[in-house]
Amino acid sequence: MTDILCKTQDLRITFPHRLGDFTAVHGFDMEVRRGEIVGLIGESGAGKSTVGNAIMGLLSHPGEVSGGRIELEGENLIDLSDAAMARLRGRRIGMIFQDPMTSLNPLMTVGDQLAESIAILQDVPMAQARQMASDRLDGVGIPDAANRMGQYPHEFSGGMRQRVVIALAMAGDPDLLIADEPTTALDVSVQKQVLDLIRSICVERSLGVILVTHDMGVIAETADRVYVMRHGKLVETGPTDQVIHRPTQQYTQDLIAAIPSITHREDRFRNPVKKTGEIDQWLLQGHKGEGTGDYVTASALTKDFATKKTSFWGKSGRFRAVDIPGLSIKRGEVLGLVGESGSGKSTLGRMMTGLVPPSSGAVSYGDHGPLADVRTRAARKALRRDVQVVFQDPYSSLNSRMRVDHILAEPIRFHGLAERGDIPRLVGALLERVGLPADAGRKFPHQFSGGQRQRICIARALSVRPRFLLCDEPTSALDVSIQADMLALLMELRRSLGLTMLFVSHDLAVVRQVSDRVAVMKQGQIVECQPAEALFDTPNHDYTRMLLATAPRATGH
Amino acid sequence: MFERIRSDFWYELVNSPVTVVSAIIIAVMIIGCTFAPVFAPHTPFDPATISIMDNNMPPAWADGADPRFLLGTDLQGRDVLSAMLYGGRISLLVGIGAVALSVVIGMTVGLLAGYFGGMTDAVLMRIAEIQFAFPPILIALLFNGILKASLPADVFAQAAVPIMILAIGLAGWVQFARIVRASAMVQRGQDYVTACHAIGLPTPTIILRHITPNILGPVLVLAMLQIAVAIVTEATLSFLGLGTPLTQPSLGALIQIGSQYLFSGIWWVVIFPGIMLLVMVVAFNLVADWVRDYLNPRLR
Repeated sequence: MTDILCKTQDLRITFPHRLGDFTAVHGFDMEVRRGEIVGLIGESGAGKSTVGNAIMGLLSHPGEVSGGRIELEGENLIDLSDAAMARLRGRRIGMIFQDPMTSLNPLMTVGDQLAESIAILQDVPMAQARQMASDRLDGVGIPDAANRMGQYPHEFSGGMRQRVVIALAMAGDPDLLIADEPTTALDVSVQKQVLDLIRSICVERSLGVILVTHDMGVIAETADRVYVMRHGKLVETGPTDQVIHRPTQQYTQDLIAAIPSITHREDRFRNPVKKTGEIDQWLLQGHKGEGTGDYVTASALTKDFATKKTSFWGKSGRFRAVDIPGLSIKRGEVLGLVGESGSGKSTLGRMMTGLVPPSSGAVSYGDHGPLADVRTRAARKALRRDVQVVFQDPYSSLNSRMRVDHILAEPIRFHGLAERGDIPRLVGALLERVGLPADAGRKFPHQFSGGQRQRICIARALSVRPRFLLCDEPTSALDVSIQADMLALLMELRRSLGLTMLFVSHDLAVVRQVSDRVAVMKQGQIVECQPAEALFDTPNHDYTRMLLATAPRATGH
Repeated sequence: MFERIRSDFWYELVNSPVTVVSAIIIAVMIIGCTFAPVFAPHTPFDPATISIMDNNMPPAWADGADPRFLLGTDLQGRDVLSAMLYGGRISLLVGIGAVALSVVIGMTVGLLAGYFGGMTDAVLMRIAEIQFAFPPILIALLFNGILKASLPADVFAQAAVPIMILAIGLAGWVQFARIVRASAMVQRGQDYVTACHAIGLPTPTIILRHITPNILGPVLVLAMLQIAVAIVTEATLSFLGLGTPLTQPSLGALIQIGSQYLFSGIWWVVIFPGIMLLVMVVAFNLVADWVRDYLNPRLR
């Protein structure tokens, strides 16, 4: 058993707390061999990052290893002093973090950071370290490495920055590399390149890699073996292929079943059961007869942002974030808007709701006409009632100082949609409608999980009886099992209430599940807009094809 | 998992004995000074009740003391302890009142500048910065001087306390404006504010009902620190003879009176008000430090 590089045995990690200790990891066993990538997958709170941090000896305060062993080539790391552990980090174990911006020092050039690490970790003179740094940057695939040594981290793109972080983690030629969500902050097309780089480094240097992630697609494409964690316990382990295609445990099966497919639209999202309860009657009140025409129409829409001045006296330039000839959404239709970060999809989405004023062009709404003509206070109020938003971040989108029932009652009262005495009952019914207990309103937002908060956000959007809902990455911050429930809820509401929706997301699989029609954005322009089936099965544009090809697929189908 | 529950407050508090002691001191001082007429053994500024015969009595434990005067008497036979309680009342009133005024002005300016940005922000913050360039004590002196010159002497003497509150409050709002502006700019970008716009809520409602509660934390910390600063500013002005009149002296004025006799062996007239001022200021600072740590979960 000499080929085992690192192993944990009956590892227990505890966070002491005055109301009873919280055990984050209970008796976790894992082995990593040289030259293999081991995936550590789990949903938030599973303890996967905690295991990674424990191996590095970087548990956040007040966490402590309360039992078991962590061995690196037979040596128990738990017995080591802090000083000995510090010598180990970088030289024997390297780490890659999620956010490539915060793991680099913004005030030091990339070359200096890397050369400094090499000089310290390998004990070589600075001049030699600089030469090595340049070679290393070249080795991680940074073009023109010698010249880019003198640049600062902000001059690199996200993917290039993550390559620098990888070079930095490799500065001391470690035996073990721990990558904690290394591609979560990156676009899919870049994600694949970074994963391929990790893979090739692992093979070339016969390195052990622990890949911590929540994304089954990343695991499927990269890891040799996988450990599935839940609530700090090991659920299932085995070769990646076996775990993904023939999972033996119920939890793993559910986890894999919850991953939306990119190849076909699942029936639960296509044809949800229509609900017609008392609250649905209330939600549909005041809606005029349904036409079939367009509900939202944008024409010649652009958005410019000012760029930094080049000199003190210079004029600031303009950056065109969005430039589209036109886009419309039919009544009751769900339009998916896909694009990578910086493509302008969120800006376009917000312009379509009137929350961000366009630089030129117009948006008009079925019952209200062009936005520019909605001038009176009453007309504006009526428009605001019809157009609502659900945001990505369930933490910043609720006012943490307000009780949930107040959050939901305020819009109803402001728009005068119910008698004052009826409001508490309505708030309860709304909460139940989105799958929360009716008495949940007595709590504050921080007492709910991310998925529950997102349900509260949906309830708030519904509380004004909207016609049109912008969903801006509504599931991106959620675990995959909760994501599926959220999509199912949105699709059911859409059917029951006949909502028109604009669904903005970077995740092609999610968009496939919910959209009737899909628009693909790149650098502020729509490169392709087609019915969903056609776009996914026979894409016209090269960019769409590239996005589809690089999207990670968990199940291979 | 570790949800913050309400009892965290008491848990964190009792784990910091220094804070508990400081809080108790502040509470005792506020109660003792507010109800000075009840607690004080004498009425020090009523000429009918003081007797020049009792002058320069040392504290009760020293030789030749009178047990009626626990901390001794001053040159005019006034009880030092009673004078401290009445003086502390003025110091606390000026300190808290001035900070309340600073908070109101500072929050208004900061919210407007931070929420609206652009030209509003530029104009308001330039005004704030110009004022910030002058030491607060100088500004308080200026306001005080203007009012003293423009008001008749008897009116000025009567309105001494409101004038001090006005002078110190107007000198201290800039820090509040800055901290509120920064917080408001952060909050304005949060999605919950965008959600308010989507619902169509009017701007005043968004600012007052949604943004304001979310920026009160840092304001509370700064306010507690600034109370200590305001008390010291008031004491400084009074010590310089520009503050409260001799008929209703604050702690600073008492120290000024006492300092004249310090070297003639009558030390108690200056030492005890001095200690009270020191303890009051340190206690406010310690409690403010704790509140800052409590509101910042990263430091816990």
